[in-house]
Amino acid sequence: MGQTVTITIDGVEHQVAAGSLLIRAAQDTGTYIPRFCWHERMKPVGMCRMCLVEVQGPRGPMLITACTNEVAEGMVVYTGNDTVRKAQEGVLEFLLANHPLDCPVCDKGGECPLQDQAFSHGPGESRFVEIKRNYEKPIAISSLVLLDRERCILCARCTRFSEEISGDPLIEFKSRANVTEVNTFPDHPFASYFSGNTIQICPVGALTSVQYRFRARPWDLQMVESSGLHDTAHPRVSVHVSQNQVLRLVGVDNDATNHGWLSDKERFGFQYLGSEHRLTSPLIRRHGELVEVGWAEALDHVAERITLVGDSDGGEAFAVIGGAHGSNEDAYALSKFARVVLGTNNVDARLDDSLASHFLAATVDRALIGDIDTADTILVWGPDLKEEHPTLYLRVRRAAQELGVRLVVVHPRVTGLDDRTAIKANYRPGAGFVLLDEIAEGKHAALSEALSAPRVVALVGQASLADGPHLAEAVAAYVRSKAGSARILPLARRANLFGALDMGLAPDLLPGRVGADQAGRAALAGAWGEIPATRGKDTKAMLEGLGSSEIRFLLLVGADPVRDVPDPRPGPAALEAAEFVVSIDLFLNDSNRGADVIFPASGFAEKEGTATNIEGRVQKLNSVVPGPGQTRPDWAILADIADRAGRSIGLFSAETIAKEISEVAPAYDRVTWDFLEWEARDGAVVPLGGAPVLSHIPVALKGDIAPSAELTLHVGRTLYDDGVMMRHTPNLHRLAPGPVAHLNPEDAKRAGALHGHKVRVVTKHGDGEFTAVLDEGTPPGVVYVPFNQPGADPLGTDAVVRVTAVGK
Amino acid sequence: MSEFPADSHTIDRYEATGGYVQARRALGMTRDHLVEEIKASGLLGRGGAAFPAGMKWSFLAPARPSFLVVNADESEPGTFKDRQLLERDPHQMLEGVIITAIANEVHHAFIYIRGEYPKPARRVQAAVDEARARGYLGTGIFGSDYDLELTVHLGAGAYICGEETALINSLEGLRGEPRLKPPYFPAAKGLYMQPTIVNNVETVSNLPHILDMGAEEFSRIGHPDDTGTFLISVSGHVNRPGNYELPHGITWRHLIYEIAGGIPGDRELKAIIPGGASAPWFVPEIHLDDQITKDVCAEAGSMLGSGAVIVMDETTCMVRAAERIVRFFAHESCGQCTPCREGTTWMEMILRRIEEGQGRAIDLDLLLDVSDNISVGLNWPPKMTTICPLGPSAVSPILALRDYFRDEVQAHVELGGCPLTSGGRPPDPRSLQTVSAETSRRSTSMVAPDRDRE
Repeated sequence: MGQTVTITIDGVEHQVAAGSLLIRAAQDTGTYIPRFCWHERMKPVGMCRMCLVEVQGPRGPMLITACTNEVAEGMVVYTGNDTVRKAQEGVLEFLLANHPLDCPVCDKGGECPLQDQAFSHGPGESRFVEIKRNYEKPIAISSLVLLDRERCILCARCTRFSEEISGDPLIEFKSRANVTEVNTFPDHPFASYFSGNTIQICPVGALTSVQYRFRARPWDLQMVESSGLHDTAHPRVSVHVSQNQVLRLVGVDNDATNHGWLSDKERFGFQYLGSEHRLTSPLIRRHGELVEVGWAEALDHVAERITLVGDSDGGEAFAVIGGAHGSNEDAYALSKFARVVLGTNNVDARLDDSLASHFLAATVDRALIGDIDTADTILVWGPDLKEEHPTLYLRVRRAAQELGVRLVVVHPRVTGLDDRTAIKANYRPGAGFVLLDEIAEGKHAALSEALSAPRVVALVGQASLADGPHLAEAVAAYVRSKAGSARILPLARRANLFGALDMGLAPDLLPGRVGADQAGRAALAGAWGEIPATRGKDTKAMLEGLGSSEIRFLLLVGADPVRDVPDPRPGPAALEAAEFVVSIDLFLNDSNRGADVIFPASGFAEKEGTATNIEGRVQKLNSVVPGPGQTRPDWAILADIADRAGRSIGLFSAETIAKEISEVAPAYDRVTWDFLEWEARDGAVVPLGGAPVLSHIPVALKGDIAPSAELTLHVGRTLYDDGVMMRHTPNLHRLAPGPVAHLNPEDAKRAGALHGHKVRVVTKHGDGEFTAVLDEGTPPGVVYVPFNQPGADPLGTDAVVRVTAVGK
Repeated sequence: MSEFPADSHTIDRYEATGGYVQARRALGMTRDHLVEEIKASGLLGRGGAAFPAGMKWSFLAPARPSFLVVNADESEPGTFKDRQLLERDPHQMLEGVIITAIANEVHHAFIYIRGEYPKPARRVQAAVDEARARGYLGTGIFGSDYDLELTVHLGAGAYICGEETALINSLEGLRGEPRLKPPYFPAAKGLYMQPTIVNNVETVSNLPHILDMGAEEFSRIGHPDDTGTFLISVSGHVNRPGNYELPHGITWRHLIYEIAGGIPGDRELKAIIPGGASAPWFVPEIHLDDQITKDVCAEAGSMLGSGAVIVMDETTCMVRAAERIVRFFAHESCGQCTPCREGTTWMEMILRRIEEGQGRAIDLDLLLDVSDNISVGLNWPPKMTTICPLGPSAVSPILALRDYFRDEVQAHVELGGCPLTSGGRPPDPRSLQTVSAETSRRSTSMVAPDRDRE
């Protein structure tokens, strides 16, 4: 506590932090003042008046709202004297006067602040004998959120969230007086990526979830904390389960990552877990058909094939793609399995759409998410955070809006942060190095001046899939050369990718942020035995190796390299040519449909473990439902295969794997489940200290510059896409933009394309028909096509693109 | 006592009678001098709160730019004084605006006119255009190097936008909702969170005269605590309703029976609303010989407000009158805070029930307790549970029911309807109009009725 003041609450003196709000100071000293509209993460509005307390004013005692007034030295506060109690009871009576009291059929019943405070601070009866307000109930304000205006107490939490936090004010007050209501604008649904947060913070059952509505009573729910894996910041969530079914996720307030907020993808994106299309038993291909078999048969079949291939061709004939969707324990098992059982360094969790593994795993100058709040300048040169990193998006937005941090965004087109961006630069995808050179030469004075601030946090990643992997490293190097103190957060998506890399799921990495060089191999030899010295291949090289039959055996772990890679060309051929394909997955997908053996894997909330987020924070994942059918965690499947292949990897439970990780992976020294459970509830950022760290200080690189073309392709990801899990999450899958091509109106005119009409988009790698979206946010000369959309043909990443109008 | 000439709103007429001389003079004065002059004049704000105008100016925070907003959102029921100033003498106000702007280093002023005042708004806009054409507004006013932009803005029909912070929100394009206090004064943080002076039309219209006659002479007019003349709008059951410019300090008896010509048909006076619909009511038995000053009104538990006097005679049903006023406030509640939004409507429902004969014996106590949850202790000035005084204003008529007309409420309950022979209904409004047209032709008020309908 910095400066303090002395205040008296109900006759007891307390030292409280100067400048704090009275409601907060009282809570910290043990006095709960009732409230509806006040929310710690938003600005106070003093609207509900529930937190009225009495203080001594200049003209005698006066009632003030504790949520809008700061503490002052000598303040004498009464929170429960007769005057206050009467005022609070009065407010509750007013709130309940027109409330429908349909608690028995209200989702909020049982966890409702209005119920709770009516009980604790209400008059206990109503004197209102008039006819209550009536509204149609409920109305769908989006496909995810329902609004019941009769229950609404007009606390402005949802409207403030949309305005202040998520920056898409699509829900607002309309009308006034007794008929004031919350609603959306005509013909504009509440289409926010963050709409679900309003359901969570609604203090009554006015905003309810389409998905959760009428599914359970809160007191019947089993609630377990875990971390969401839809975005690499791993926001903390509470998973709510009834009768072995995940029914909803709610955000857990947490300073480290998400402040309690979740993207709708995180909150609502779990339908796939209960999908009828889940794989539930091992499958073997017989006479061209996949048939269900027992575990022993499937495991033996794979083990035999491993022995066969290994004996004749050695480790170079194996490829392992995937592993980013599991826990750290799964990733560790896979890493060990690849090196020890398969004898190969051909492992890659990145699927070729990401940055260099050393750059992603490096610890030197790594930014924490919290550094965003205290920076002088934030540089975002990478993907649109709103689409790919929603948790970071909210954090950066808040820093720019509330904390006075200067925000610099460099991106090929408009981003979700545009309205809070102080300095912004666009560039033609593929020509990022040209812009970087210009900046280095001082041609963008404001930008380079902003980057010369004392504390700069740079969030760097692939803004467009057409950008090569090295631009981000070059940007990081430039920022390091300019800023007083630079903190770098390399951006990459895909669930637990950072955990997977930390466990060595990259050709050049071993567990614990150790390079797969001789020293690294030697250090691990005691625990793992001999580790192959041959340099491993990344995803792209592995797919090429499969295509040329140099690689015979492919293990896919939660990966779909046909559909989910930027370059659509090598995947199908590689899968076609592969001699033997084993897949560990939740679903059939375009890549494993032709596999020889498929094992059913357990998913999120179905297994225990840990995960490491983008800043290196290790958090506990907890299990709360059994997986369907015979699903098992990846590590268990791998351990069994290893046993049957006669090369046990000695892993018997997720917790013992965690223990082994803490012993052999230097960056994970001391990070055990016990430690996370009891000492680091918000997770621990690795390395904790003492361990040697992987450093990767990129030098300023010169990269390829795409040839100048009349039109340049920008391929970026959207929050909702055609990924395997999204495909089995219909409530979100239908919100994906689909096959669309964004064109600047000028370019559209030249191509003869009309808004909403079809255009043919042709690149060197692919072509397809898309619906034209005329969009001022896409600069002239750039065509933006969202990646991996339902019904869209892949275009690849070559920057040169041609667009022709097709017609309606 | 004279009527306005027909062209009183034109710049030619205004300049012919000495207009814009003081604005030119003000350009040569310092901020300190001007603020001291207005302080010395004793001028109180005419918008209703009677806050010393010079003191308000002196609160202006040092940040720049600063803004001036003239509150012409005259919407208190019973108040129609600013309308005449806007329609008949817009240049007088503009000159006051220029003086205020100079005194507060303002280079952009706004006039916020209520949306229901199309004619005053047209007149003001025309006056602004005239003044701009002569170089009195815009870049380098009166040939000096002082720039003053002026924007005339029309409200969208919300009473609450007369509350200065709601007005500022509305001007910014936000919902017309009062802001949280603190900050208490827009002079610290107002329009676009910059230092802002919000003054009433009548207040700024006084300024040319203060500079003309000097603060000392101005302060000798009226009552020592409440200097200058003020406009009072008299309406209701009087023979000569209208606007009157009067010195502070006459009695209610004098106002109603002498100046306003007494009550039609010599009926008995029943109640007076002294300062607009927000003000607690007076009754003749207690208050008729009180002086009309802000302090005397305040001591009697009410306020002079914006000088809107509504006179009610014996034919008026007090329950019905209270219901009408409460209904107004319930309708005008911005809906922001719970007690006002929910409470005023509830009060309206209870009153309507009583008036319609559905009242219960407990209803007056219920009404008082519901009121008490909006305005704690049921006093004036109110101890509020709300963000702004709108909710507590709705309680003002209830205070009169409690203090003076409890029996009348009880009679409604017992009779199962209104005990008044008229059924509590006011006379046919059409007949009222005829009466006022006749009487106002005989009126000695300074303000003539509408003759030209633009």
